[in-house]
Amino acid sequence: MTTLTRHGSRRRPTSPARRANGVRGAAWTTLAWLAGLLFFLPVLWMVLTGFKREVDAASNPPTWFFTPVLDGYRQVFDRDLTPYLLNSVTASLVSTLLVLLLATPAAYALSIRPVAKWRDVLFFFISTKMLPAVAALLPIYLLVKQLGMLDNVWTMVVLYTSMNLPLAVWMMRSFLLEVPSALIEAAAMDGASLTVTIRRILLPIVAPGLAATALICFIFSWNEFFFAVNLTATRAGTSPIFLVGFVTSEGLFLARLCAAATIVSLPVVLAGWIAQKQLVRGLSMGAVK
Amino acid sequence: MSRTRSPGRWRGAFAVAVVAGLTLTACSGAGGRSSSGSGGGKTITVLMVGNPQMEDLAKVTADNFTKQTGITVRFTILPENELRDKVTQDVATQGGQYDVATIGAYEAPIWAKNGWLHELSSYADADGGYDEADLLKPMVASLSGEDGKLYAAPFYGESSFLMYNKELFAAKGLTMPERPTWQQVAQFAATLDDKKAGVAGICLRGLPGWGELFAPLTTVVNTFGGTWFEKDWTPKVNAPEFTEATKFYVDLIRAHGEPGAPQAGFTECLNTFGQGKAAMWYDATSAAGTLEDASASKVAGKVGYAYAPVNRTTSSGWLWAWALAMPKTTKNADAAWKFIAWATGKEYEKLVGSSLGWSRVPAGKRQSTYEIPEYRQSATAFADLTLKSIQEADPVNPGRQPRPALGVQFVGIPEFADLGTKVSQEVSAAIAGSTTVEKALADGQRLADDVAKEYR
Repeated sequence: MTTLTRHGSRRRPTSPARRANGVRGAAWTTLAWLAGLLFFLPVLWMVLTGFKREVDAASNPPTWFFTPVLDGYRQVFDRDLTPYLLNSVTASLVSTLLVLLLATPAAYALSIRPVAKWRDVLFFFISTKMLPAVAALLPIYLLVKQLGMLDNVWTMVVLYTSMNLPLAVWMMRSFLLEVPSALIEAAAMDGASLTVTIRRILLPIVAPGLAATALICFIFSWNEFFFAVNLTATRAGTSPIFLVGFVTSEGLFLARLCAAATIVSLPVVLAGWIAQKQLVRGLSMGAVK
Repeated sequence: MSRTRSPGRWRGAFAVAVVAGLTLTACSGAGGRSSSGSGGGKTITVLMVGNPQMEDLAKVTADNFTKQTGITVRFTILPENELRDKVTQDVATQGGQYDVATIGAYEAPIWAKNGWLHELSSYADADGGYDEADLLKPMVASLSGEDGKLYAAPFYGESSFLMYNKELFAAKGLTMPERPTWQQVAQFAATLDDKKAGVAGICLRGLPGWGELFAPLTTVVNTFGGTWFEKDWTPKVNAPEFTEATKFYVDLIRAHGEPGAPQAGFTECLNTFGQGKAAMWYDATSAAGTLEDASASKVAGKVGYAYAPVNRTTSSGWLWAWALAMPKTTKNADAAWKFIAWATGKEYEKLVGSSLGWSRVPAGKRQSTYEIPEYRQSATAFADLTLKSIQEADPVNPGRQPRPALGVQFVGIPEFADLGTKVSQEVSAAIAGSTTVEKALADGQRLADDVAKEYR
């Protein structure tokens, strides 16, 4: 009895606190859902509009109830999407691989075994992102022209690699800093070579971070428009160039533009979906929180 | 940190990574251009806007032009502004990425003067089948350089006219004259404005942009007796005629225009009028094709057409053409001309008419188009009016005073795009009610004065 009473008396004061916690939790959950829905709304709107007739897509006020049609998609597939998609896949995938290949050792040399003046090096990397892209356009354009590499998808690979490299170095550095130094020392004590340390110790630990970095680099490359529109013509055009081709000053275009945008965003959504487990871990470790 | 570095090994690993990356890049660089394939014969590249008529061109090229000539054509479709930037950039830096580019009547004489375009007259003269004489005179005038040579071949042309909903007019017992005045139009708009039913009296462009708001508004200014510049480059933006016209336009929209007018351009008005939510619409003749297409418009078959409304002139329609030009940097001039001649020739119109439908013919550039019985039948409601409106438009002398540069709804100088757009932003703000017409035009006069200094 006494135990029960004591137990009961102990619980009583905590009950309102728990209730308060529960209410707060519910409020946060609702807020999170609302924020999530708010962010998802434009995507939903895009997908829905892709199935509307042009007349319905342009109507004001917007129509929520409509008979879905595939006219927009038909118009998208009437144009040859494949070369643009292939160019985008090549530019994004290869540049992401190159970025990871270069950023990981650089990050290693800035975190686990820091080089002299590593702070300056880090600042140098990020300072390259401070120059507005438009300021660099003319020299880049002239250089690429001189090299005879205009309208070449590999120009985009090199550009996207250099554009994403600083960000990837910073991200990978923050992930590598999370690796306990004792683990690396223990491996060294056991006589593990650098390659073995990287392959068996470091990589499994930073894999989620690697996935997060890769996805961000891939998305940035996939969506890049400014350099693509200026440096490509008919052979190396990427998906964003394909997309803007649906904008016209004469006639309605919203439905077909949304249909094209839905198709073009699918690979990124797919990549994110495949890597989601790694991503959740990756984005909750390191600096990208 | 107590960790020690092994620089040699690290350097080695880094070098391997870099070499691997560069090798991959270099190897693939060689194959980069083949990533999207290459045709067996000659290949030309074409940059164009995504207007429906241009899309049709891209659709029928491979099965017809390429089959006949063996020339493969690669298209890039971009919005107008990006296209202008790209061509300017390509020609100015001698990039040579494009063999053919779509340009408008505004750019053609300016770019010809800059020496960016290949003249086409010598090709057209030498090409017996092209029939240059069949091209409509105002089109040729607007696409020629100061030397009188043709620098861009018209692909399709347009003027402006007044479109009205015949059902709404009949319901109120109103009759639209063939050549209405702006005062009559304002009265019709007041009578037909039905805010409760969501029907505006008239739809007029209010979206900022020299090619948006100022396309119709400059024609109103012309017919009210105003002008941007006099022959000696005296700016007249805040002159009484310009002010009267702008006030009339702004007041008409504010009183009886479409909702959200400051954001309404061609596309928005096409939709508003096509949905039956406006009784009248003054805009491009090329809108008629879409309005008469029952799958895209609720007013198909119910639209009446009248000449561009006037005030102090006898006509006031604008003149615009989308044309195919050859940048001077092209390395395939002969093949490019073959494509231009095919796309702007008589046979192409028949090809589009018979394979895609007669309402999709890129009309407004050749006299012979209006003699094709099938086309006349499909465009009965507006074909003759379109042709006459184009023929009446005078890009040299569009108003009541001599002009210093070519253009009906624009001034054919490079600075006009910026000037027109800046002034249009203020006029659009006046439509929204956040400034006055007088203030907008006083600012416009200052800007126009800066431009005039370059030419006086």
